[in-house]
Amino acid sequence: MELICPAGTPAAFKEAVDEGADAVYCGFRDETNARNFPGLNFTREELAASIEYARAKGVRTFVALNTFMTAGCERLWYSAADDAVAIGADALILADFGLMAYVAERHPQQRLHVSVQASASNPDAIAFLVDMFSAARVVLPRTLTIPDIARLARKIKCELEVFVFGGLCVMAEGRCSLSSYATGRSPNMQGVCSPASHVRYRQGPDGLVSELGNFTINRFGPNEAAGYPTLCKGRFDIADSQGYAFEDPTSLDVMDEIDSLRAAGVCALKIEGRQRGKAYVGEVVSTLRAAVDAAPAERSRLLARLRTLSEGQKTTHGAYEKRWR
Amino acid sequence: MDHSTTLVLGPVYYLWDADRWRDFYFRIADEAPVDTVIIGETVCSKRLHITEPAFADVVDRLEAAGKSVRLSTLALITLDRESQYQRDLIRDGGHVIEANDLSALNLLKGRNHAVGPLVNVYNGPAARFLAKSGASTICLPPELPAVSVKAITTDCPELAFELFAFGRLPLAVSARCAHARAKGRIKDNCQFVCGEEPDGLTVKTMSNQPFLALNGVQTVSYTCQALLQTDADIKALGVSALRLSPQVCDMVEVAGIFLDLTKDKIDPDEAALRLRTAYPAVPLSNGFHHGHAGAEWVARSRNATMGGPQ
Repeated sequence: MELICPAGTPAAFKEAVDEGADAVYCGFRDETNARNFPGLNFTREELAASIEYARAKGVRTFVALNTFMTAGCERLWYSAADDAVAIGADALILADFGLMAYVAERHPQQRLHVSVQASASNPDAIAFLVDMFSAARVVLPRTLTIPDIARLARKIKCELEVFVFGGLCVMAEGRCSLSSYATGRSPNMQGVCSPASHVRYRQGPDGLVSELGNFTINRFGPNEAAGYPTLCKGRFDIADSQGYAFEDPTSLDVMDEIDSLRAAGVCALKIEGRQRGKAYVGEVVSTLRAAVDAAPAERSRLLARLRTLSEGQKTTHGAYEKRWR
Repeated sequence: MDHSTTLVLGPVYYLWDADRWRDFYFRIADEAPVDTVIIGETVCSKRLHITEPAFADVVDRLEAAGKSVRLSTLALITLDRESQYQRDLIRDGGHVIEANDLSALNLLKGRNHAVGPLVNVYNGPAARFLAKSGASTICLPPELPAVSVKAITTDCPELAFELFAFGRLPLAVSARCAHARAKGRIKDNCQFVCGEEPDGLTVKTMSNQPFLALNGVQTVSYTCQALLQTDADIKALGVSALRLSPQVCDMVEVAGIFLDLTKDKIDPDEAALRLRTAYPAVPLSNGFHHGHAGAEWVARSRNATMGGPQ
């Protein structure tokens, strides 16, 4: 099983390579990148140096160009793809048909991976992208159970990569305009979800309130830790009952299912967290590397120490487990 | 060639019981000034059997009334039985299919089809790619600002484009059913509780502000999209049809308001006034079109009409 590790900075990239990544994924510092957060991501020069460092150690680099091209401004995405190819990216991770068509035509030898943002969740959808663009790998949306993945894997002609650790999108990725509805900034178009520029914390009469745009996303009592107001992890009021409507502030951890995922036909395990610091990346990559290589009996001991790094120290199997639905 | 703007009635996103669903479409057939009607379950495959007994009657009635009928596919397909249902729907032929997932695009390759607002078409190259594959009509994603709409239609003059002009905005779809969850159930044992809210279940913020609405596995906006453009505005955008998405209100009246607007019988301000009367339940919004937060209402002004991202 390959371990695909996140890097939002050159320092985190190096850490991921040193700690045992099989491949590192990262993106440019602009709207071509679905993690377009201030202070993160790579210049062309930084990416070139990082790829060189990785290649010397036998580690591959996947470049995520996984937003949808803004109409009339496609050149930004085309240039990013051309540059990533020229710099030596081992794969491009793409979501937009128009960009996939461009890469398939201009760079037919370039390995193309389908981003989770493309929302390819079944054999017909994957066949479409394999036939049309020769996609070599699909990153599955976090909407399937492990038995669903096993059934799917038997019917497709490309590799499968799945998220196993880190933040959890509750909605089908690439098909969510919740953040855009609240703030005008879009994951699909600008590469940002619940952007910090639209976040406010306010001390109200009933506690600390977190807001996104003009909407309250959560309220915290005096002894409660105040989390970041990611929209779908907020507390809302439905029929006079308050609670986490979509998902508790938990993060994804299915590392205890490595063997089931391998048996299901998954070839690569992806760690979320390009927004996280170097120390986090180092800790997570080294532990998951050890866990992937360990005997099953050894694994739970190795994974236990990762729990403290998860959001709210709570984790979920998400949709990989049927009961979650 | 007729260049007048046409009206398209999108699929009912909500779970309406069979009688309500049938009666709704019978009345649309008899009274609504819409040219095209899209029917079929789009949100949750568990609901498929509910409207099935009335399906053939509804198609017949709409076609007898001179409406063109398209069939909608599911937005999120993860199960074998959903794939099989979609294959059967597409194989049956006879009607233009509206694709709402990449899998439908695969099955419709080389055949005339429509692309729904839940497929990501954000730019001209993506639209041109779909046109090569057989698409003749695309309803653009609701979050696209007017500047993008204009750029796409200019890039692909051979395609017909629709705008999502009325109805709660489809904002997200999940594997998990938040609607069932809100009622202490899970998707696999939901007992169709989403049918209890035929216009969506309101999600309020903890500051008591209505924000979103749940519709099974789908999340829609609390506000109702109202793209109120003059016929000249619509033509300037390169759009040929407006889509009206059914809500629990008088949709015949809603279609009449949009018809009057596109025929320049009323202006956008009067249309807004009439819409607020026809669908008083929720506020109107048009922010996405102006490059703002989708929940906002941007009052009409010459500059705002074609406004782009801020």
